[in-house]
Amino acid sequence: MIEMKNVYKKYPNGVVAVNGINIKIKQGEFVYIVGPSGAGKSTFIKMMYREEKATSGEIIVNGMNLSKLKNKEVPHLRRQIGVVFQDFKLLPRLNVYENVAFALEVIEEDPSKIRKRVMDVLDLVGLKKKVRMFPDELSGGEQQRVSIARSIVNVPKVVIADEPTGNLDPETSWDIMNLFEEINARGTTIIMATHNREIVNNMRRRVIAIEGGLIVRDERGGDYGYEG
Amino acid sequence: MKARTLGRHFRESIKSVGRNGWMTFASVSAVTVTLLLVGVFMVIMMNLNKVANDLENDVEIKVLIDLKADEKAEATLQQQIKDMPGVESMKYSSKEHELNGLVKDFGEDLSLFKQSNPLRNVLYVKAKNPQQTAKVAKQIDTLDNTYEVLYGKGKIEKLFNFLNISRNVGIVLIIALLLTAMFLISNTIKITITARRKEIEIMKLVGATNWFVRIPFILEGMWLGLLGSIIPILIVSILYTQIYNALAPKLQGEIFQLLNSKPFIFEVDLLILLMGVLIGIWGSFMSVRKFLKI
Repeated sequence: MIEMKNVYKKYPNGVVAVNGINIKIKQGEFVYIVGPSGAGKSTFIKMMYREEKATSGEIIVNGMNLSKLKNKEVPHLRRQIGVVFQDFKLLPRLNVYENVAFALEVIEEDPSKIRKRVMDVLDLVGLKKKVRMFPDELSGGEQQRVSIARSIVNVPKVVIADEPTGNLDPETSWDIMNLFEEINARGTTIIMATHNREIVNNMRRRVIAIEGGLIVRDERGGDYGYEG
Repeated sequence: MKARTLGRHFRESIKSVGRNGWMTFASVSAVTVTLLLVGVFMVIMMNLNKVANDLENDVEIKVLIDLKADEKAEATLQQQIKDMPGVESMKYSSKEHELNGLVKDFGEDLSLFKQSNPLRNVLYVKAKNPQQTAKVAKQIDTLDNTYEVLYGKGKIEKLFNFLNISRNVGIVLIIALLLTAMFLISNTIKITITARRKEIEIMKLVGATNWFVRIPFILEGMWLGLLGSIIPILIVSILYTQIYNALAPKLQGEIFQLLNSKPFIFEVDLLILLMGVLIGIWGSFMSVRKFLKI
């Protein structure tokens, strides 16, 4: 479902972030992306939903060739991908319900379906009782749950998460990881960049390690592999 | 775009105008001042143009026919002038008719000349384009059987020059003012957008189209332009009607008149409104552009 062939990314300032990556990720996989800071993990992830464009090489997501994708078609791609960030990216002036519904409103979903879909995912992430609260009234873990709810409300085939537990304490991180496991169990592909050694070592999923813009290790049931 | 979505955009844009309180006020007042200047300028310009046209249309060429010309030669001359491409109209006036005119203007003393009329038969010619008067006059002068061709040489060139310069200066000033207003609106929208950068980013990441992001801001620009045009419309309308009512009776019988206030001022109002809306839309369109590259 996601395939990269000889993908290369050079930023205008001359930095080469990705230096020839080949990879295949199948539907329903759970993949950890690990590696030191500045290794190119974020760029690698951002290219999947076309926040960054590859300088050369081919990226195919859900059958769409991103190097040939017109700007006009990018929204179509993004509707099939849910994205979760380290800093949650919630809108402070919208409450929990509105933050999640927002993702459906902007893609002009039928309003009669919005309410049910939003309540369903908020139930899944365990926030059904806090729909009227605003982001600043929630804990970090709860905010991340809202952001996860928003990423899956559209039933995407893949959820991409960039350091989703980076701002959370270990216990909350485990709750969030269990939530991702649950979403993955329903058939959604999960691709997660993380520095959380403990989680990677305990989950025993596919691990892709990136260093200096290259894949240095790709193993199923792998471990974090870095010290500290 | 679905009707429901458009409704959402309208609500969003109106909310945003309210939420931006002081910024809205600042840019609406800036637009108000600019549109007021533009409106006043337009009224002056259009009246000046009317005066210019009136003056221009009053310019005619007087062709004195040679005494030697017989009836047949006169007829040929008239036909030749009528056939010229630049000629709008031509009027024949016999020397008796000319003399009667002078008698009327200067008194019965002149009727003594009726026994031996020293005047000549005359043709009054109007050029299609008054600015071409001199050229047409020169052409007529080359024809046979003309004694002299008069058109106020020197004076009308100066008049036309003056009118042309003032027209161009007015247009340049109006354009400069409009650009200023556009810049002001675009700045306000830029601040609104910067404040909502995060929202735009999330919208784009969950798959909103560029138009979906753009339209609320464009509508907001439209509201700013619309609000900014209200006071200029009121001031220009009231002021011009007052001035017109005061001046029009005094100008009766003059060769130039002010534009009648009734249809004219509504046209100006409509133009101010349109300009407000257009600069609003354009200003915000320009400032959203670079925020969409996510």
